[in-house]
Amino acid sequence: MGRKLLLEHINVPGIETFDVYRSKGGYDTVAKALKMTTDEVVEEVKKSGLRGRGGAGFPTGMKWSFLAKPEGRARYLVCNADESEPGTFKDRYLMTYIPHLLIEGMIISSYALGAKVSYIYVRGEMMPQIRILEKAIAEAKAKGFLGKNILGSGYDLELYVQPGGGAYICGEETALLESLEGKRGNPRIKPPFPAIAGLWGCPTVVNNVESIAAVVPIIRDGGDEYSKIGIGRSTGTKLISASGNINKPGIYEIELGVSVEDFIYSDEYCGGIANGKRLKAVVAGGSSVPILPANLITKTIKNEARLMSYESLSDGGFATGTMMGSGGFIVFDEDQCIVRNTWNFTRFYHHESCGQCSPCREGTGWMEKVLHRLEYGHGKLSDMDLLVDVSKKIEGNTICPLGDAAAWPVASAIRHFRDEFEWHVTNGAEAVTRNFGLAHYADPLPVLEPAAQ
Amino acid sequence: MKVTIDGISIEVPEGTTILNAARMIGGDIVPPAMCYYSKLEGSGGKCRTCLVKVSKGSEKDPRPMPKLIASCRTTVMDGMEVQNITSPEVIEARRGIVEMLLINHPLDCPICDQAGECHLQDLGYEHGLAKTRYEFDRRKFEKIDIGDKIQLHMTRCILCYRCVFTADQITDHRIHGILNRGDHSEISTYIHAAVDNDFSGNVIDVCPVGALTDKTFRFKNRVWFTKPVDAHRDCDHEKCNGKVTLWYKGEDVIRVTARKDVYGEVEEFICNTCRFDKKKTADWVIEGPRHIANTSVISSNHYETMHPLPVVKSDPKLIEANEEQFERNTRL
Repeated sequence: MGRKLLLEHINVPGIETFDVYRSKGGYDTVAKALKMTTDEVVEEVKKSGLRGRGGAGFPTGMKWSFLAKPEGRARYLVCNADESEPGTFKDRYLMTYIPHLLIEGMIISSYALGAKVSYIYVRGEMMPQIRILEKAIAEAKAKGFLGKNILGSGYDLELYVQPGGGAYICGEETALLESLEGKRGNPRIKPPFPAIAGLWGCPTVVNNVESIAAVVPIIRDGGDEYSKIGIGRSTGTKLISASGNINKPGIYEIELGVSVEDFIYSDEYCGGIANGKRLKAVVAGGSSVPILPANLITKTIKNEARLMSYESLSDGGFATGTMMGSGGFIVFDEDQCIVRNTWNFTRFYHHESCGQCSPCREGTGWMEKVLHRLEYGHGKLSDMDLLVDVSKKIEGNTICPLGDAAAWPVASAIRHFRDEFEWHVTNGAEAVTRNFGLAHYADPLPVLEPAAQ
Repeated sequence: MKVTIDGISIEVPEGTTILNAARMIGGDIVPPAMCYYSKLEGSGGKCRTCLVKVSKGSEKDPRPMPKLIASCRTTVMDGMEVQNITSPEVIEARRGIVEMLLINHPLDCPICDQAGECHLQDLGYEHGLAKTRYEFDRRKFEKIDIGDKIQLHMTRCILCYRCVFTADQITDHRIHGILNRGDHSEISTYIHAAVDNDFSGNVIDVCPVGALTDKTFRFKNRVWFTKPVDAHRDCDHEKCNGKVTLWYKGEDVIRVTARKDVYGEVEEFICNTCRFDKKKTADWVIEGPRHIANTSVISSNHYETMHPLPVVKSDPKLIEANEEQFERNTRL
């Protein structure tokens, strides 16, 4: 049984209320943090090696230390709770069932960054979670953990919940800030980065819900203790949203470094593929990351076991690897159609593109139309090359990472499942009625011959 | 600050963008810009046609930048080396961008009023493919009249946001903006409200394509059959200095626009009275023919002698500098 840091008390009845959370040692860490200096708190987070849980995996402590601290200007901490990546639902779970953990993390992080006002930007569709958070904030404020002079330390903090309009693009940090300022949620052109000029032109840090929640165990146990969990530069625990054709879908807190095979098949986690089917493919970190066939997700190209960690998942680069992303683990069994799934993802990105810069605005729509044609058996053999070419022209040429996120799933699906796409063209009529099936996607990888010395 | 673009070095003041540094050098190495407009604050960064490769970040930090960057919004660093037309990667990316811009743009230049002075047309001519790879329906909208002088045809719009910035910054109050998202986005006024403002006509000048056109000129004539003449009048509007270009057909002034420079940007914004209401020669003091670049179709069959481009574009300065850079690159 792996160690649980975030979800330790998740099964305690009433943990969403202040009193129960407090009785389980909640908010003790606030008192501890307020006795430390702000630099010490940042130092602990740096030592912990915590990497941003929102998708990019950028070290949180490093991000905090980049924050500009000009005299006489306010600084802000904004929590990015605009979770809308298909396949990821960990933040919603955290906010629904243990909202005080986030608020405790917000208090400590705001203190460390010197923010007097902090925001939690919640996606518009999550209205119940917004109410839960507001109730929790009111409770914490009534007990003196928010507001003026917290616990007599002289530190003031106001915490606000801001509902978004439900746009995926507002999960991009600068679009989130624009939206928070009351404007159209278009990503800003960087530089300047939010650490220099963010919310209302002031230095701002934007962190994911899970990153902020993870600050609580870091300060409670110390950064060194936290960094002992996990493997290599992937430290600590991570929430994985497991979904798809598995026996036990849901949120799992894993110690980074569990093997992917264990994660899918062990009873502690997903409990194997549902209905006794065989594994075909996995999207390991939310819809934006490259999809991998069964043989490459359990083993790396060097025939080593693939682990749930930032490094191991990206082993092999884009050719044979994927990414940790935000931890949206989607499992496909042999009955699933990769073409249809790719089309579905692209449809999402087409719908969610903000329309600001041309490659993403036009390219996502184009890819969607071509994939739609392929899925319904009207494609051409040249479509695969066309898709790869279009995705290449979007990738890296856009203002924000949404363009990359739209391009990667398409490029990787064609890279690994090209014969399935081709089958959709050559057997167009059949493709509408049945699926390609597992084919060779779970075959053991060929053993590479050692290169001549 | 010293910046080197395609091997040509130039000293520029701090805070200059790469695009503006390139414009200071001039010539073939200037990246095209569909959305950037030097007179509009905050414009640029959207169309991505001005992408360039930074092969050396700066003197202090010589690492190249990992991705192509928008030259219109990136300021130069001392010792920066930029590749525009010397980088195949940039040319390839630009070709992709032009293709993307064109997939939802009707390819009906012969019936478009902007033809001849359309930046997208120029760009497509230079970078576009002969045949489209896009085989689906294009985005279509009905034409909308915004006010009695301006017509909006969203079908042709490339969403550069220039007119939105103009409405924000040049006119008294914001008159229109972007509705919807992604490729359903459209420039619109709320409930077709008339655009009624002293400076609203400038949205026509800033539009790089034929989406916003002058209803008093629409389909009167092809632009290359008209004669541009610089003129001015004593305008009583405090923000307008009355310096314009008159477009003659025979004896008649059929259009008045602001004076546009070689990058298609207006020198100064003009008021609606000058633009729409003063269409008699008697209203103006004529200064002389407007110089139009020889590369533009507007200049054909007009007063200035046509100097056809040499078949091989050769700029000794460019060749020499390129050789230097090539040598350095091969050394590394």
